[in-house]
Amino acid sequence: MTRLIGILVGLFFTAAVLWAFVSGAATVISEGELKPATAEHHFHKLPHEPSGGFSFNGAFGKYDKQQLQRGFQVYKEVCSACHSLRHVAFRDLEQLGYNEAEVKAIAAGFQVPGVDPNTGEATTRAGMPTDYFPKPYPNDIAARAANNNAIPPDLSLMTKARHEGSAYVYSLLTGYQDAPAELVKEFPGSAPGPGLHYNPYFANLNLAMAPPLTATDQVSYGDGTKATVDQMAQDVAAFLTWTAEPTLDKRKQTGWPVLGFLLFATVLAYLAKQQVWADKKGKKG
Amino acid sequence: MSFPWANQYEPQNPLMKWVDDRLPLPRFVYNAIGAGYPVPRNLNYFWNFGVLAGFCLVLQIVTGVVLAMHYAPNALVAFDSTEHIMRDVNWGWMLRYAHANGASAFFVVVYLHIFRGFFYGSYKAPREMVWLMGVVIFLLMMATAFMGYVLPWGQMSFWGAKVITGLFGAIPLVGEPLQIWLLGGFAPDNAALNRFFSLHFLLPFVIAGVVILHIWALHIPGSSNPTGVEVKGESDTIPFHPYYTAKDGFGLGVFLFLYCAMLFFLPNALGHPDNYIPANPMSTPAHIVPEWYFWPFYAILRAFTADFFFIPAKLMGVIAMFGSILVWFFLPWLDTSPVRSGHYRPLFRKFFWFGLIPAMAVLFYCGGAPAEEPFVMMSQLATAYYFLHFLVILPIVASVERPEPLPYSITEAVLGSDDNAELKAAS
Ligand code: HEC
Ligand code: HEM
Repeated sequence: MTRLIGILVGLFFTAAVLWAFVSGAATVISEGELKPATAEHHFHKLPHEPSGGFSFNGAFGKYDKQQLQRGFQVYKEVCSACHSLRHVAFRDLEQLGYNEAEVKAIAAGFQVPGVDPNTGEATTRAGMPTDYFPKPYPNDIAARAANNNAIPPDLSLMTKARHEGSAYVYSLLTGYQDAPAELVKEFPGSAPGPGLHYNPYFANLNLAMAPPLTATDQVSYGDGTKATVDQMAQDVAAFLTWTAEPTLDKRKQTGWPVLGFLLFATVLAYLAKQQVWADKKGKKG
Repeated sequence: MSFPWANQYEPQNPLMKWVDDRLPLPRFVYNAIGAGYPVPRNLNYFWNFGVLAGFCLVLQIVTGVVLAMHYAPNALVAFDSTEHIMRDVNWGWMLRYAHANGASAFFVVVYLHIFRGFFYGSYKAPREMVWLMGVVIFLLMMATAFMGYVLPWGQMSFWGAKVITGLFGAIPLVGEPLQIWLLGGFAPDNAALNRFFSLHFLLPFVIAGVVILHIWALHIPGSSNPTGVEVKGESDTIPFHPYYTAKDGFGLGVFLFLYCAMLFFLPNALGHPDNYIPANPMSTPAHIVPEWYFWPFYAILRAFTADFFFIPAKLMGVIAMFGSILVWFFLPWLDTSPVRSGHYRPLFRKFFWFGLIPAMAVLFYCGGAPAEEPFVMMSQLATAYYFLHFLVILPIVASVERPEPLPYSITEAVLGSDDNAELKAAS
């Protein structure tokens, strides 16, 4: 009885899903293609890493503090005009190798929201190490108004919020180009509208951020590194990887001894198991 | 209950004797996972996953309880409180990665545990209750993991909650009010987040309770084994301790090694990047996908793209998705072959390896892929096979198949001969 009901129920589900299959197949045949062609399918590019990769790649990779400091400088001098970094406090910068006095000076260079101690009115004051990076716009409406109706997203977690995020930020910053002629011809709707910029790494190909890094020596690095656009893009991508995952170095440093110990313990456990089972082995060994 | 030749508990030290006389907990443990539990001597490594699943449950409870000390279940601050755990709490990043990857590890282990049951026919009499409790545990785990994923309140948290609770909206008549009642609003918000947190905290302990029933039920007939032949005599079994404690210890080592490799070197590989974007009801992600362990069922849900007579496509998908797990409850009565193990069932084995496993692989792949062709058509064919396999093929195979000869006993399977078998043959 159970089996009879089971077979009927099984045939019911099968019929329903095959019916959906047939209707789907009919649509595909009548339209003559599996899925409609879109500009994104044809022109979107997957992110790639800078030549030589990032210092923090792989199981042994770690941050290059010199590079993180350069990346921070790019963020401070270029990106911070539009993008916040709300999960990062100035005190965190000590992890990049700045000493306490330097962190104090960096913090003091930013104006953060404050309260006038006499009148209680909202004002701004110089930042302190315990403050977080301030938002460049008072609210979303102001951010939109200044940026062609797009909100510049917070960058703290950007490299974890996109597939292959570090490579993505690098590719995006170095990937601006003119919209290809075929795109304009085949998908006029996807050609960049007013105030939008073509970038094949961006999900829908056109974004409201004008190329932020445009000229060599846009920032002047203190450590003598030549500030090409490619270099600045790598550095800021590395810095944003740190803002998203400040514990990367510690995580890998912890991981190796843990794995080493587990390997040792597992080998011991294996030997113990062999020992215990020595008298129970069958013909198959 | 146990076999008559099981070792009896004899307290070695006076304290244990004192306790055992008043509260026989030491005896209970001894009979459950100690030398007092006789187990078939021929279990292979697939029998390690039950103990590993128990370990995962404990791991999730321990890491979860500590996370809950720092997490704030309020829509305004939930996302930031998770980042606070990652950045400011001592070893918080490790806790959170341990818990998130622990959920994945739990599902890997449980899927292998279920797979073992499918192949070796562990669900058959007299172990139906063990199997039924297992399916209940699996359903509870799915609910727990779904609600846990909502807690960090990222984009996938929010939109996942919206899509899944939206499924209830497909139920005729009561669907919409039910959905609003479940969420405490028209869309996931603070009310939903709070109740999800409360239930996410509660359910693992409910799971722990059902796990006890699962093991209790198992200890009535004792474990099955790869031959599927029941224990016939003392030479077929060995005490759980030290033999299987040693083997499980080794298995645990391998498991922990792989798990820690993920945790420390690829902690976000199984997660979705969108969940690092704070929940935003105004912006729908390009592709809403659940966590990997739900992909096969998500593929079944989305395979029903056309109305079937008077049943709307969406409702059909919801029924099929839940149905795809509910059929497991009926498995002991659908597969009526008296032979348990797939080793001795030639026809069953063919459908298992060349039907069910490929269909599951396709469903898994398509569930993670965007809802476009050719993935939808692929999941439709795989879904059709899935239901055919459990509901039509298994009952028919069970009645037409001619199983291969079974060994007389476990001992014979292991050693090539069994004194009892020879005695029997001589008589
Ligand atoms: C003039 C303001 C401005 C500056 C300066 C600026 N950005 Fe942007 N950025 C934007 C806006 C606006 C968007 C949103 C674009 C959109 O959604 O179309 C954006 C988006 C982004 C994104 C997200 C793209 C995505 O996938 O959604 C990244 C990453 C980014 N900016 C990085 C940077 C970096 C790094 C710098 C500094 C080198 C920088 N931006 C400087 C305005 C700016
Ligand atoms: C069956 C066992 C469990 C499973 C499968 C499970 C699964 C999950 C998952 C998938 C997440 C989302 C992870 C993330 O994205 O960070 C999560 C988060 C969380 N879980 Fe669990 N969990 C379990 C048990 C528990 C228990 C017992 C508690 C507490 C008593 C708990 C507390 C939490 C908390 C506070 C979070 C949110 C913090 C965070 O997102 O990191 N969990 N859980």
